[in-house]
Amino acid sequence: MTALLQHPGYDEEKLRRVAEQLPCREVQAGLLLSLMGEPQQYSYPSIFIYGHRASGKSHVLHVLLKELELHHATVSCVECVSVALLFEQVLLSFFGCDAASLLPRSPSLSDFVRIYRQQPVTMETSSHQTVVLNPVVEDNVTVILLSEIVWDKFRPNTGCFEPLLLHFPDYSKGELQQILSQDRHPSYSAEFYSSYINILLGVFYSVCRDLRELRHLAALNFSKFCEPLEEGKVKETDTHKLWRNIEPHLKKAMQTVYLREVSSLQWEQMQLMEEKEAGALRGLSAHTHVELPFYSKFLLIAAYLASYNPARTDKRFFLKHHGKIRKTNFLKKNEKTSNHLLGPKPFPLDRLLAIFYSVVDSRVAPTASIFSQISSLVTLQLLTQVSHDDQLDAPKYKCAVSLDFICAISRTVNFDIVKYLYDFL
Amino acid sequence: MYEVLGEISQFGQQTGQMTYFCASFKVLQDELNRKILDSLLDFTRKCSSARQHSDWASQMRANEIPTAALVLGVNVPDHDITFQSLSELLHQSVTPHVASVEAKECGGTQLKVLERLMDTVVDDDEEEETEHTSTQLHKSVNCSLSALCDWYITKTKKSSSGTPGKKRSSPAEHERQQQPPVVIIFKDLEAFNPRVLRDFILICSRYIERLPLMFIFGIATSPSTIQRMLPHSVSSLLCIELFQSLSCTQHLATVIDQLILTPQFPFKLNAKVMQVLLSIFLYHDFSVRNFIKGLQLALLEHFHSQPLSVLCCKKKEALLNVMQLSHRDLERIRQLPSFKRYVEKQESQEQVNLITDDSHLKETCRKMIKGLHKYHKNYYPILKCLHTLTSALPRYPLGKQIRELHLTCLEKNVWENEDYQSAMKLLKMLAKDDLIALLQRCGEILKPVKSKKMKSTAFQLEELLTKFKQLDSKLRKEDSITSPIKNLQKKTDLFQLQKTLLEMNETRRSKKLSPFEILRNEALEFIDSLVKSHLSPPESQTLHEVCYYSSSATVRRHLNATPRTSIQAALSSPYYYLQNLKTEDGTVSNAAPDICIAYKLHLECGRLINLYDWLEAYATVVSAADGNDPDSDGYGKVDEVKHARFIRSVSELEFLGFIKSTKQKTDHVARLTWGGC
Repeated sequence: MTALLQHPGYDEEKLRRVAEQLPCREVQAGLLLSLMGEPQQYSYPSIFIYGHRASGKSHVLHVLLKELELHHATVSCVECVSVALLFEQVLLSFFGCDAASLLPRSPSLSDFVRIYRQQPVTMETSSHQTVVLNPVVEDNVTVILLSEIVWDKFRPNTGCFEPLLLHFPDYSKGELQQILSQDRHPSYSAEFYSSYINILLGVFYSVCRDLRELRHLAALNFSKFCEPLEEGKVKETDTHKLWRNIEPHLKKAMQTVYLREVSSLQWEQMQLMEEKEAGALRGLSAHTHVELPFYSKFLLIAAYLASYNPARTDKRFFLKHHGKIRKTNFLKKNEKTSNHLLGPKPFPLDRLLAIFYSVVDSRVAPTASIFSQISSLVTLQLLTQVSHDDQLDAPKYKCAVSLDFICAISRTVNFDIVKYLYDFL
Repeated sequence: MYEVLGEISQFGQQTGQMTYFCASFKVLQDELNRKILDSLLDFTRKCSSARQHSDWASQMRANEIPTAALVLGVNVPDHDITFQSLSELLHQSVTPHVASVEAKECGGTQLKVLERLMDTVVDDDEEEETEHTSTQLHKSVNCSLSALCDWYITKTKKSSSGTPGKKRSSPAEHERQQQPPVVIIFKDLEAFNPRVLRDFILICSRYIERLPLMFIFGIATSPSTIQRMLPHSVSSLLCIELFQSLSCTQHLATVIDQLILTPQFPFKLNAKVMQVLLSIFLYHDFSVRNFIKGLQLALLEHFHSQPLSVLCCKKKEALLNVMQLSHRDLERIRQLPSFKRYVEKQESQEQVNLITDDSHLKETCRKMIKGLHKYHKNYYPILKCLHTLTSALPRYPLGKQIRELHLTCLEKNVWENEDYQSAMKLLKMLAKDDLIALLQRCGEILKPVKSKKMKSTAFQLEELLTKFKQLDSKLRKEDSITSPIKNLQKKTDLFQLQKTLLEMNETRRSKKLSPFEILRNEALEFIDSLVKSHLSPPESQTLHEVCYYSSSATVRRHLNATPRTSIQAALSSPYYYLQNLKTEDGTVSNAAPDICIAYKLHLECGRLINLYDWLEAYATVVSAADGNDPDSDGYGKVDEVKHARFIRSVSELEFLGFIKSTKQKTDHVARLTWGGC
């Protein structure tokens, strides 16, 4: 392993430590090292590293920079919403508070460079995700950009200095096994934990290759795996029995914890409980019932009808003497496809209210609270406002609920919504 | 003199009752949320203590941000109070660092969220400390989570070194105090921009190792919104636990039970007002707070509009106040419809006495007030008893909720109601065990009531129950004799069985009622008599106007505003607001404001209005109003002043949304409303 990481500029001992911490990423680490060269040499100005989530990008870089004691600043671009924050963080981690406080209120790039030049240190930069920071500082600086997206998406129109592209491939199953087996429980043997990881990967590898998630799941379910062992029923070597015990449990975990239907805390409590009680725990998506005031329900129903019925058909549904209109004669070319497949269409407020008044049985005065209910439906995201907020004149909305939801709502007010939907005629 | 005194004392009572109302509501609200808030507090404590110990499993686990999803229902106006008491409680018992953010304040970027967060969390503490150095530091540093993190670390260090051994607490607790979690409450999750929230959570997760963050999401609809708003990569950073609060209807039931169905408050609502408040709640907003507001409004209106509300207070004070009534007040009493009805029933001598003799009237009033209070004391327990009996019946003939039963009782004699009859029929078919259980529950309701009538009723009920129990033991004896014979008669032949069953049926029909049935009828008759004597509507009571607020139209007008109707009313009949314009026939006089004339004229047009025609018609009407001679030259001519006035009224109409400019024809405007002529 250590053979791969050899570099004249650095201490053998340090390199060995690095290699130990970076299993399955020796090739990439070696490449990076050779790109950066020896400490006193000038290195390549910018490197772009990309790869999926949890493929070890930041980990490799972090270990390299830390163990080899290189000057560096790590900045997250999601966090730096303004350039000022970015500059400040870079200066802060290089030179400490004093330099950072020299920055003016809304700094430009030249301010940054000016302050940077005053500080006589060389260093390497590693930027976390997306910003293209041109190395205008005439110094030995390498900007390393990490991202989950390919470089082509970031290339600016005006052109820039092309960085070196470096891809981190996903870990293979064997590599995952190797890495996960490393963090074994102190009180159990390495083989035992490794066999556990093997079973875990057998269940989860098909749906999840994220190292972080897998490690999380391994930690959550390990106590259950050890249960028969602690009760003295099986020995450590009896993998088949252990597998029989844990497999249904892991499958259940795949449907609940992995999807975050159930939080990990609840999952742990559930493991302590008896099987019967555990069945009672419902996931997040099981709670879909929403209580609404009476008129809000009808407003939502009216909005749904307005969204999914073509406006021409309103006459047929809501007028008493509409005459007989056959669906076949009525169809226009583009309406042959189901409206439900096309998704909700925007409708003006007038139409919503007109349908609302014909749908509600009783006479409703157009009070302020009816209108405020519309806006509160918008804040609850059951309706969405399509037109801009500023447009007070004839605002447009879309209905954002599913057919199942609206059916459940209309059942509570004894309204047969399917009869009023054009798609189901 | 007395009047002034009366007014002052009235004012005092009014504010007194108001504050009492508010205070009891606050207590109530806290009580309602107690359970869910307690479990939330437990959750925060558990999370903050879970961070401390470091076993293998928790080391291996991805660092999740503990999150409580608090489902509060769609009654958004009520949430504020809940969140307020939540953050107060958290502040008191778990952590000093609590920040609540609202979507409105946080705009479109996560920077705003951060700014808001820094503001509340950091500022709160600085107020306590008033250290100049730290304030200056925070002003110079940009708002970022790393700054917050640094601040937190210095803060915790300071407090741990600052006051060691000041309080002797257990080590675990001490540790928790050292690292109190930073709680961020998102008041309205649905309203947040998903992108902002996503970024914010991503950033926070980078700092979770150093900064013990905790989220509380306030959710109005359903927990699945979290999954809709956040992608899996983000929601996997959260450890979400669900907390569901009581539904709004349950809240309302408690409020009604505590504030309305109690003889404690002398102030009452009549059926119509109650109906208005309930329909606003059920049809419009589900907001308990607004319901209470409505109640307060009714209270205020009652004391404001009814001079005799001076008697609407506790019994002792009311009796005192009766003695201080002035002659004018007594005349008012004589005018009350309920009092008139009472007078008509009296003998002629008594009638004369009541009308002429003030002191005699005062004495009678005292009696009546006493009667009224007694009525209330008996009404509510019996109402609750009837509700317990009928709410168990299939299909709820008298309503599922007690408020429905209360409404029917307020409206008219409940025993004349068809539903009541059917409920009684159903009760007559109840099995013994059910009936006994129900009667026992009634007994429990009646027992704590402090009134002679109710005491005796409770006693009678007890007697009935013991009779039922005695019946039980008697029957057992009979059973032991009869059952062996039945067993002997058992035949496997189907035809025989049918025959015997038919026979048994016949005998049962012709047979006399069993002792249990007799007793059951007796019990139900007893209940029926109770209902008839105590659940008569308040309108039957003399002087009910003193306590009952009845103007439902006022309440509706104040709480359920109809802006469009009032604008139209103002435009079509301005004399409703401007008294001097009143004409005999009710039409708009020519002297009405310009906009009214323009409005009236535009009603006569179709969908598109020709502006020039409109202007000419307007000029004619205005000239007539100016009193010009119809035969003169200038009559009906458009001059500059009229033109300007017309343009102004047209633009006002456009502003109010009655017309808008159209591109179909250049000199036309389009009407936006229908009807009119």
